Amino acid sequence: MENNNRKGWLYLLPAIAFLGLFMVYPLIDVFLYSFEEGYNFASQTYLGIGGYNYGYVLHDPYFLQALKNTFILVIITVPVSTGLALLISVGLSSIKKVRELYQTIFFLPYVTNTLAVGLVFMILFKQTPYTDGLANLILSWFNAGPVDFIDGPYWAKMFVLCLYTVWIVMPFKVLILTSALASVDEIYYNAAKVDGTSKFRIFTKITLPMISPTLFYLIITGFIGAFKAYSDAVALFGVDLNAAEMNTIVGYIYDMLYGNSGGYPSYASAAAIILFAIVLTITCINLLVSKKHVHY
Amino acid sequence: MDFEKIERAARRRKLVMNIITYVLLSVWAVIVLFPFYWMVLTSVKGYGAYNSEWIPQMYTLSPTLQNYVEAFTAVPLGGYFTNTVIFTVITTALMLIVTVLAAFAFSRLHFRGKELSFTLFLSLMMIPTELVVITNYVTITNMDMRNTFAGLILPSVTSVFYIYLLKENFAQIPDELYYAAKVDGTSDLKYLLKVMIPICKPTIITITILKVIECWNSYVWPRLVTDDQAYFLVSNGIQEIRENGFGRENIPAMMAAVVVISLPLIVLFLLFRKKIMEGVSRGGTKG
Repeated sequence: MENNNRKGWLYLLPAIAFLGLFMVYPLIDVFLYSFEEGYNFASQTYLGIGGYNYGYVLHDPYFLQALKNTFILVIITVPVSTGLALLISVGLSSIKKVRELYQTIFFLPYVTNTLAVGLVFMILFKQTPYTDGLANLILSWFNAGPVDFIDGPYWAKMFVLCLYTVWIVMPFKVLILTSALASVDEIYYNAAKVDGTSKFRIFTKITLPMISPTLFYLIITGFIGAFKAYSDAVALFGVDLNAAEMNTIVGYIYDMLYGNSGGYPSYASAAAIILFAIVLTITCINLLVSKKHVHY
Repeated sequence: MDFEKIERAARRRKLVMNIITYVLLSVWAVIVLFPFYWMVLTSVKGYGAYNSEWIPQMYTLSPTLQNYVEAFTAVPLGGYFTNTVIFTVITTALMLIVTVLAAFAFSRLHFRGKELSFTLFLSLMMIPTELVVITNYVTITNMDMRNTFAGLILPSVTSVFYIYLLKENFAQIPDELYYAAKVDGTSDLKYLLKVMIPICKPTIITITILKVIECWNSYVWPRLVTDDQAYFLVSNGIQEIRENGFGRENIPAMMAAVVVISLPLIVLFLLFRKKIMEGVSRGGTKG
């Protein structure tokens, strides 16, 4: 037994070393950083301990802009993508022919590089001296004037960002919902059929309650993922997100850390902890709501 | 008579529902596929031809491969590509070693503090990367590992979730096999390599593929620790190309680069479609 004790820890050692150095230690450190005022990156010294960093971040107009953008993004994309995914999954599970083909196609965005495909979205929506772009061509069919979706008005940019985010997150949701729908026991549907229940009623009274745990799981992970949006915004609007008014909270954290505006790990830490607090709060609210509405 | 009418109405309703379903699915399929089509199409249009199209053309009659040549010669796309392959292979290999050893310890060995340490491991799954990336950045900078492969790879190795996934799978292997091997005098390590890993090969393949996808697409960490182009991965490379790539706005060449970058994962996906989708539905999230 003595021998086995040492052996067990020996096998765990690599994992503990990696996790300790790059996860546990940073986790403690980030809290310390966030309270160290006037931290100097070059000399690694600080002036005092206090809440100044939080105050600075919360009054920084760039952070407030990032906060606003992130909230708009979350509020739009989470319901839209979840609803759309539900619609598509129900459609998928009601057909038999070419279902695999559809499933394969729908999953494609998951395996693509966010930065690379974001460029394609950019050229589809961008207005250049040579062309108004494909999106504006479609708009012109409806007599709507050309809009620059990439460098233009705020709502146009937000629209593209939301569209791209939905496009990116759909595969995961469709996949999870399709397997949830497939796992609903046939016996409930047969019982309903015997009673002559209408399709709509079957959906709201049997299907939805049966898949509600999955649905809430998707909503919670959707919220968390959308709050951490960053690389899709970079793909569309470039690295200088502050100038494009399209920064997100995570983008703000990285900008504080690195690049032209970087070198302030204390501010970055404070912003990261604010983000963590927001995500934690929203997740708790979600869990409370789901306790009331999810049927197991 | 009445019955027949009802049946006909029902059949018609079913047909209409079917048509609506197929239309809906096809519309979404077009939305998903269109960006891919557009990127391939644009990548084979000539530079002059593309820029003279005030109204974007849906097809091209004179495809050219010139843009692909340009993508590899005008910008160091080949270098980005090699870096990413090196990064992906080493990170995934290290991850596998760490994960297999840890999963073995948790599932097979008995030692003091096992339950507690496993709980602690699980609780680490909830930690968002954004929280730890700041200190990691400072750590790597202080260790003078910016613009090195070590700096890129080391913080990206561990994934608690994969340890959990593999541990669950290892735990399903009946104890009898282990005792039989013990009686034969097999060492723990040999048992792990000769029995457990072959049995759990499907799960190991799944986590390997998921890690490869993750590595291939990683953007934030590489951007933080590399500012020397010689160490850029594809994501940072494509961003660099976008910001100041081909000198002028050479969008067709940019799209050629995008195609080259996207292709490996799409091929991997088409080859291992079932495995990837199954793996993702068992708990992968994007990122």
